[in-house]
Amino acid sequence: MKKFLWFIVGVIIIAVIVVMVTQKKGEETATLGKTLKLAMDADPVSLDPHVQLSGGMLQYSHMVFDPLIRWTKDMQLEPRLATKWELIDENTMRFYLRQGVKFHSGNPLTAKDVKWTVERLKKSQDFKGLFEPFVGVNVIDDYTCDLVTKKPYSLVLSMATYIFPMDSVFYTGTDETGNPKDAIVKTGPSFALNHESGTGKYMVTKREQGVETVFEQFADYWDTASPGNVGKIILTPIKNDATRVAALLSGDVDFIMPVPPQDYERVATSENSQLIAMPGSRIITFQLNQNRRAEFKDARVRLAIVYAINNEGIVESIMKGTATAAGQQAPEGFAGYKATLTPRYDLEKAQALMKEAGYENGFTCSMIAPNNRYVNDEKIAEAVVSMLARINIKVNLQTMPKAQYWDQFDAQVADIQMIGWHPDTEDSANYSEFLVMCPNKETGYGQYNSGNYCNTKVDELVLASQPETDQVKRSAMLQEVEQILYDEAAYVPLHWENLSWAGKKNLNIEPIVNVMNFPYFGDMVIE
Amino acid sequence: MFAFTVRRIAQGIFVMLVISFLCFTIQHQIGDPVRDIVGISVSTAEREALRDKMGLNDPFLTQYVRFLGKAVHGDVGMSFFFKKPALSVILAKAPATLELVFISSIIIIFVSIPLGIYCAINPRKILSRIIMGLSIVGVSIPVFLTAIILIYIFSVELHWLPSYGRGQLVQIGPWRTGLLTLDGWKHLILPSIALSSIMLPLFIRLIRSQMMEVLETDYIKFAWAKGLHRKRIWFVHAFKNTLLPVITVGGVQLGTMIAFTILTETVFQWQGLGFLFIEAVERADTTLLVAYLMVVGVIFVVVNTLVDIVYGLVNPMVRIQGSK
Repeated sequence: MKKFLWFIVGVIIIAVIVVMVTQKKGEETATLGKTLKLAMDADPVSLDPHVQLSGGMLQYSHMVFDPLIRWTKDMQLEPRLATKWELIDENTMRFYLRQGVKFHSGNPLTAKDVKWTVERLKKSQDFKGLFEPFVGVNVIDDYTCDLVTKKPYSLVLSMATYIFPMDSVFYTGTDETGNPKDAIVKTGPSFALNHESGTGKYMVTKREQGVETVFEQFADYWDTASPGNVGKIILTPIKNDATRVAALLSGDVDFIMPVPPQDYERVATSENSQLIAMPGSRIITFQLNQNRRAEFKDARVRLAIVYAINNEGIVESIMKGTATAAGQQAPEGFAGYKATLTPRYDLEKAQALMKEAGYENGFTCSMIAPNNRYVNDEKIAEAVVSMLARINIKVNLQTMPKAQYWDQFDAQVADIQMIGWHPDTEDSANYSEFLVMCPNKETGYGQYNSGNYCNTKVDELVLASQPETDQVKRSAMLQEVEQILYDEAAYVPLHWENLSWAGKKNLNIEPIVNVMNFPYFGDMVIE
Repeated sequence: MFAFTVRRIAQGIFVMLVISFLCFTIQHQIGDPVRDIVGISVSTAEREALRDKMGLNDPFLTQYVRFLGKAVHGDVGMSFFFKKPALSVILAKAPATLELVFISSIIIIFVSIPLGIYCAINPRKILSRIIMGLSIVGVSIPVFLTAIILIYIFSVELHWLPSYGRGQLVQIGPWRTGLLTLDGWKHLILPSIALSSIMLPLFIRLIRSQMMEVLETDYIKFAWAKGLHRKRIWFVHAFKNTLLPVITVGGVQLGTMIAFTILTETVFQWQGLGFLFIEAVERADTTLLVAYLMVVGVIFVVVNTLVDIVYGLVNPMVRIQGSK
């Protein structure tokens, strides 16, 4: 028995040595450029960019695919696969494509791929809403195509940043299971789930969902002018905030996003790491349900609530300064932003308004908020409850995980409900379309308006802004919307969450990050 | 023995049925998986269509019967998130957790037995008191705190050990192991210490008190009187009888240990079953949840059966009673 045990131990030791020796050899294979170890809170849910419309999937799309055009850091549009574009009539935008661009499969990029991609976008459950105003794409020649809308549309170019041409040849046909390769499948296996062919700088060379995704530089990438020198990206999802920060501080990874607010200072002051943060465009709000509570139909009560809540105090004490207090939906830089609409906090005024409305003694109502969706969501809700107590509104708060929250939200189970919103279109109108327009099942407007605020003037203005291609006029309309919402206290704005990234000192992070939170890793320089 | 095994299997199947039924009753409380699958601006009608396609709108019993019918053939459904059969997702992650639990168990065994015996033999020595004092502290610190402290000291400050993940893995058949590389071992150290930290104090105290009790018994006194060597009395006669309750508790505690892997794995981003479970709860990936609970149920039943058998081997009294 003893001899046998020693034999086993011996075999294991030899096996370990053999494996270690062979592993060493494997490591020596060289890659183009430098390697970036990246840790994010989640990894792409699929390799198919059309399977989900989410920040994570768009970040992935910018690595593996390339859009026709994209936003720069200062919110200008810059050419990517389209070198130039022009409006040829009020419904048609012509794009001239870059020549000599190759997909990862080796196929050349042509206008046909753009047409194919837009058709697929119109079929995608998540994207079809955004592409509803479009008729489709007309191919003029191999490198010219027209993007046609049903009627004049102000956001044609914003939407073109979502068109990441896919390799139509590669995705056509059937896979070994007999299913079409272009199928968009959310819950089961599909060809596009595990295969990609884009024009982007990186190809996915290894993917184990939830564990690791390896991106390696595509040798025939068209953008040779970019200063980026990252040849390989190893993406590891690290969900736990503390672990993600520890991984950066211990040097196990080079770059993390997002950085939890409580660790901003620690990351910024560490000698090995740097922190970049900027105000984002996700607004955190509370909606006051007018159908459930007659009190909330009175604008004075809504105003009183807005005046009673100290946004700046919440930003300072709960968010530790990692958010920007808001008085309106869209942050600075957006079309609807109006500088005069600042956060309001005045307890005496709030009490006076309550008295004026006849609710001096207050009332009791209910509130729900998620506890793992937004940064510090639960604490924010608790703070708001105590602030409302000062104007004698007693709030019964219930918080729950996000997996349960949205059903409750839709069912409007509480009088006050929390919601955060980031516009998919990076445009002011999007907030209003989902959050404050009159709820309408047919058009889909007001889908997340659980306050049931309804003002026909707001609806008219937002709808009128859609076809308005004169940006100055459009901006005036959207600003008027914000003014009305402000005056009537249609909802309670709290703050815009900050975006944050952190990395080792030798990374040039600043130039590649932006307010959309799409870091352009292809342009990253590692010194 | 055969009857015993058959009875055990029957009990196991019953336990599985109860677990699966419970999972199904609670799965609607966990949340709506569709929300995680689609973007937030997708219309209600689209979501409803998807829910229909996934069969989530069928009545409870229809869903349950459909599930049972498939489960009999080894198909517990498709994970919504991984887009793969839930069972294969779980089996792919199982080695990580099993290796972690295995190494932690070894740490527990090789640390708690010597320390426990030492404390039992020398209850009044300073070292014993220190050990007992520390064990109180150890048992009261939650495992995630231990884990964070370990990461902070050994990864962030000292840079000795990696802070997350499993490191370099080697594929041997279906088993992906971290035990064959130096890097894998480095990654294992902190999580396994953190995981063992919950059980270690318990076992030290258990072994100590049990052994002290045994040392007071008549047969030990008789052995002293007979003039046996003290080492023989301690390590052969007393220790053997100390082990009986330790094995029983150990079997039960193994379940607790699997539960604690959820915390340890979350902190260390250890890609095992516990981590998978927490993620599945957050995403309301109900198929995966049900499959996970079933697999853990199987592990429990198997481990407890094994413990009973081992118990029989160590304690002849059980064997004799059993064969009547």
